[in-house]
Amino acid sequence: MKAHLLSTADLDREGALQILDTAQELARVADMPIKKMPTLRGRTVVNLFFEDSTRTRISFEAAAKRLSADVINFAAKGSSVSKGESLKDTALTLAAMGADAVVIRHSMSGAPHQLAHADWMDAHVINAGDGTHEHPTQALLDAFTLRNHLADHISAPKQGSVGLDGLHVAIVGDVLHSRVARSNVHLLNTLGAKVTVVAPPTLMPLHNDGWPCEVSYDLDTVLPQVDAVMMLRVQRERMEGGFFPSEREYSQRYGLDERRAALLPDHAVVMHPGPMNRGLEIASRVADSDRSVIIDQVRNGVSVRMAVLYLLLGGNESALSEVNA
Amino acid sequence: MTAVPVVLDASDISRALTRIAHEIVERNKGCANVVLLGIPTRGVPLAKRIAQRLQDIDGTQVPSGSIDITMYRDDLRLKPARALSITEVPVEGVDDKLVILVDDVLFSGRTIRAAMDAVSDLGRPQAIQLATLVDRGHRELPIRADYVGKNLPTAFDEAVHVHLSELDGEDSVVLGRDRS
Repeated sequence: MKAHLLSTADLDREGALQILDTAQELARVADMPIKKMPTLRGRTVVNLFFEDSTRTRISFEAAAKRLSADVINFAAKGSSVSKGESLKDTALTLAAMGADAVVIRHSMSGAPHQLAHADWMDAHVINAGDGTHEHPTQALLDAFTLRNHLADHISAPKQGSVGLDGLHVAIVGDVLHSRVARSNVHLLNTLGAKVTVVAPPTLMPLHNDGWPCEVSYDLDTVLPQVDAVMMLRVQRERMEGGFFPSEREYSQRYGLDERRAALLPDHAVVMHPGPMNRGLEIASRVADSDRSVIIDQVRNGVSVRMAVLYLLLGGNESALSEVNA
Repeated sequence: MTAVPVVLDASDISRALTRIAHEIVERNKGCANVVLLGIPTRGVPLAKRIAQRLQDIDGTQVPSGSIDITMYRDDLRLKPARALSITEVPVEGVDDKLVILVDDVLFSGRTIRAAMDAVSDLGRPQAIQLATLVDRGHRELPIRADYVGKNLPTAFDEAVHVHLSELDGEDSVVLGRDRS
């Protein structure tokens, strides 16, 4: 069976750490004079993006190219999809072109799962964000960034690789629409961190009983307790009004401004998956402060995606196994 | 049950490494420009030991590191993707250095081919040489070691196991029946 990366809920601790440890080794490629390895020579990776994306797409493209894979970018705008082609026909086309892996972003939750399991094509599927469901590589790069920046605050396990044991992470903002939040809640929990999601009641998912995290509606009381705060983008494009009275009010109650950032412990870091709405969920001065690891997140994204591509495509069978198919 | 044939014991290994160190100094007229790169897993402690001996002989501190060759292997597609080992290139880098690759057993030569590719992605050394504790023959590529601890004629299906105290608690080289 082909292995895929569709959701962080499918990853067990061992699998997640394997990706992070591999990424750690691959990170040094960025410092080499020749930023390229021959590992995936002759393999084809298709970036299939039905939704706008800059950093995720170029991050996957850089990752694939550093491993010498051939990259085909397929943006839905201006393509056969805008002429009404179905996901199935797109998949059959890609299969006929010999795609070994498809990196898919889609506005519909579940599209990557459909692509992976509908028997349309014989390629590994990597979810690069589907609707309000999951964005597993973002969560992996966040975990990687946390592990590197907060190494002194993680309790090391008796054996095996270091996870995120003992860390407390707040995920703040538009949790309802955020695939980044969902992927992070599962992954950070798997790796041993405690997670608190903070959002206005209107932007908190109703059915989050199954989420392994705590819920709060008051940012100021949570901030002093955490090792990291992850600000989410307010997803205006998924909102049809009525979630909060005004941007100004949202910003005052849930935005990370300088006063709030001062409530954080000294070692705590500020994260954002990007793109940022400066002045709305995060103040410019905080985003550009010493605590901010936002640019590191972007840099680490390439290493983590290299690791995922290598583990899925590198051998004759994938090193990543899907736990629940 | 027959006893496992021990090919080299601890003192044999120690003498072989000392001789290799002397040969390196002799051939390169010192070791001022040398960088040792061990190939994981057992090439790494071997490189460290040779570096120590070079310092004893010549008085110069010789940098030693490790170079993982997994991503450069030519048999990646024959097995599942495997975990990567650590690459630690000394801060001196490899540009214009005399890089000496160190491995425990030289067999098909494919590992060394991959290592040479990996080194050339790190820079352009003045030269690359190869030191190996055991040369067991059966080369599949035109590759030859510059420094050999012991030439050990083997059957193709035999296995050569190198044990080093840093990793295995003892120093020995033993011959096994089946390759693992």
